This record gives sequence, structure tokens and C-alpha cells, in this order.
Amino acid sequence: MALDKYGIAQRIAQELQDGYYVNLGIGIPTLVANYIPENMQVFLQSENGLLGMGPFPTEENVDADLINAGKQTVTTLAGASLFSSAESFEMIRGGHIDLTVLGAMEVAQNGDIANWKIPGKMVKGMGGAMDLVASAKNIIVAMRHTNRKGESKLLPSCSLPLTGLGCIKKVVTDLGVFEIKENAFHLLERAPGVSVQEIREKTAGALVASDDCPEMKLA
Amino acid sequence: MNKVVANAQEAIQGIEDNMTLMLGGFGLCGIPENAISALVQAGMKNLTCISNNAGVDDFGIGLMLQQRQVKKMISSYVGENAEFERQLLSGELEVDLVPQGTLAERIRAGGAGIPAFYTPTGYGTEVAEGKECREFDGRMYVMEMALSADFALVKAWKGDKHGNLVFKGTARNFNPMMAKAGKITVVEVEQLLEPGELHPNEIHVPGVYVQRIFQGVDYEKRIEQRTVRQA
Repeated sequence: MALDKYGIAQRIAQELQDGYYVNLGIGIPTLVANYIPENMQVFLQSENGLLGMGPFPTEENVDADLINAGKQTVTTLAGASLFSSAESFEMIRGGHIDLTVLGAMEVAQNGDIANWKIPGKMVKGMGGAMDLVASAKNIIVAMRHTNRKGESKLLPSCSLPLTGLGCIKKVVTDLGVFEIKENAFHLLERAPGVSVQEIREKTAGALVASDDCPEMKLA
Repeated sequence: MNKVVANAQEAIQGIEDNMTLMLGGFGLCGIPENAISALVQAGMKNLTCISNNAGVDDFGIGLMLQQRQVKKMISSYVGENAEFERQLLSGELEVDLVPQGTLAERIRAGGAGIPAFYTPTGYGTEVAEGKECREFDGRMYVMEMALSADFALVKAWKGDKHGNLVFKGTARNFNPMMAKAGKITVVEVEQLLEPGELHPNEIHVPGVYVQRIFQGVDYEKRIEQRTVRQA
């Protein structure tokens, strides 16, 4: 069975390492925070100026002056720091963040990503996405494998306006985990119960997949 | 020297039609609420507003949009505002979308005496169209220009009468860079203090950048996404 959004987040959490500084985008990426292993210290960065972001506050601790990049009220953990937007993007652009997880509308087999604009629709803006993909050391895309029409979001090349060029190394979808290299999506793991055949059928971009590809293990 | 003004109305003296303003804040967090109210009352038109977001329909810069005071927005994300969308689609409003980190750095550069800089952000995308691109150490970068403004409207938590500022939480966001990039920087604070009441070690923005400061009133601090967990 294909993963739901929690399953995708849970699988991505397996990519975390102790001491990582991580920026989680809005949507499925935010859910990754729920699956950080207990024996691991991971620092969450919110690009509006917070490192060491904690969970949502209890009702009595809500502070209008403390929000995340999704404009949700949050808390700080012990050892957190606060800073300006310019400093926040120094961390991001300067390559000091170990891992960025973000959503996408399309990913191409050469690592291009499109996630900010659909021609003909109201454009809301790219926010910090272009900065995040321009220089992160390690970027994982979390998204559904297909769009609402059932069309593959893993493509030979992006059709939508790009957010960044050749920057995506790994994609986790509801169907599997893919590494992008040598101009192809390499299937590393398939979601529990999902066949390699189904993944082949639903992937429009070049796919390298062996029939004995392992199934991912979720706790 | 006296930087202290009585209220927002006095603080925005000199802002005229067609000027360029910077307004601090991320979403509705850390926005200059008092200065925005005064601008809405005063009714200047054809303003260019540099601000990460454009408020919501009935708060923040959204109030200025309702009065059709804004000609152009320079922002990174403008998603939460139906009136904004209407004016944009009808051609009444111009918008220049800038990646958030590039926006922050262009403002920082504007205050720091740096006319332009190279950034990897946006290379190969439509953001880079028409801009000079250059290779350094095997990677491609886009040249981006500094931003400055006739007035910067800044919100701080505490400030002293010399204009030294301290911010709270994530209400800092774009405020420090804007404080430095305004030809005239107007700051509203929740606590206006005497010089010496802030320890020099704790000051986020030195007063040299600040021309006017006033004690703000009646902060609403509206929350866009009130998310809580069970105790």
C-alpha cells in the first residue's frame, strides 16, 4: 500500500543524524519533526529567524511574537537562538544547514525542482524556497508520486517554472525512495506492498529499478 | 538631539505620495501596526512597499491595500490576501516577487553601502532573467541590487530614546535590516526606555540608524495560525 503523508515523513526521519541542523518546509516536511528519534538531537531551523524550534505551545504559552515560517505559533527549546531574516539566510545560503526537506510540484531526473508557480494561476511567491534549494548540502523532496490527475511528478524535465537547477539528490514519495544521479531516478526502496511494476508505470522520468528492490522498513 | 516623537501621526511626517517604504514583519509578526494605521488615516497614494508579505485582508498592509494606497509591492510571499489578488489580477497593483533570502540581503546591502552582490539563489530560474550572471569557483551566481527606501517603518520590542533597539522572538525578522536601509527610519516600540536602561551588550540595532522613535499603543499582534498542543 502506498504511504500516507505520515509514512512519507516517518521515512524521511530515517535520514536524520545526531547533531543535524534541519530546515523543514511547509506541509509533509513539517511532519518529519514528529518522528525524530528520541536518542537524537536535531535542531530545527525556521527561516523567519529561529534555530532550535520546539513543538506548538500549550494554550497558556501562545506568544504572537514566536511563530514558524508557516506563521504557526511555536516554542523554543533549551539552547535555541533567535536572529534576523538576513542571518537566517546566511545559514541557508552559506551551507550551514545539514538537511533541507521540502515539497515539490515536479522533480526532473537531472535534479531540477519546480514548486512555486503554475502559469495562469495566482502566484503567491517563492518565499524562501529558491534560497533553500540554491545552496543546501542535502535536499530531500517529500511529495506524492503523482498529481491529482494521476500524472507522474517525477519527470524527464520540469514543465513548470523552475525553483532550482540540478539541486535535488533524493525524493521520498508515497511509492518509494529515489536517488537522483546520472540523469535518472534510482529506486532505493519501495513502500510496503508497492510493486516495482507499479512504480515503473507511475514514473515518467528515467527510472533505474531492480526487480529485487527492498521494501522500506518503518517502525 | 531628540529622536522621540509623540505618536505615529508625527512619526510619519514627510511620507508623501509615490514614495518607497520598507515595512518590517514576517506575516503579521513584528509589523509596525501603529505606523500602518497612521498611513491609512493619512491616505498617501501610489506607494511602493517593500515588505516580506502583504498582510491579510483586514490587517497589516492589507489595510493599505483596501484604501488603494499601494502601487507596487516588493515581497517574497503574498499568499494570504484576497484583496491583493484582486488588485493584482485587475492590473491595479504591481508586484515584484523576490526570493526571501535575496530580499533580506538586498535590504541588508542597502543599509551597508553595498550596491550589488552575487547570490546562487535563483540561478537558471526566471528570477535571474535579464540579470548579470557570473561564475565563481565553478558555480554560477546572479547579481542582485541593493534596496533602499525613503522611509523604513520598523517595530521593535524595546528601544531607548537614542534609538537603540531590542527585538523579541521571531518579531525581529526583517526589522533590523530595514532599520539600516531607510533614509529616514521610524521605529515604534512597546517599551520606550531611558538611555542606559538597555545594557549595551543586549542591543540588537544601535541607535545610529534610527531617526525617529515613539511609544506604540494598543498592539493587537494578530496571530495567523494559532496552533496549540494539549498541556
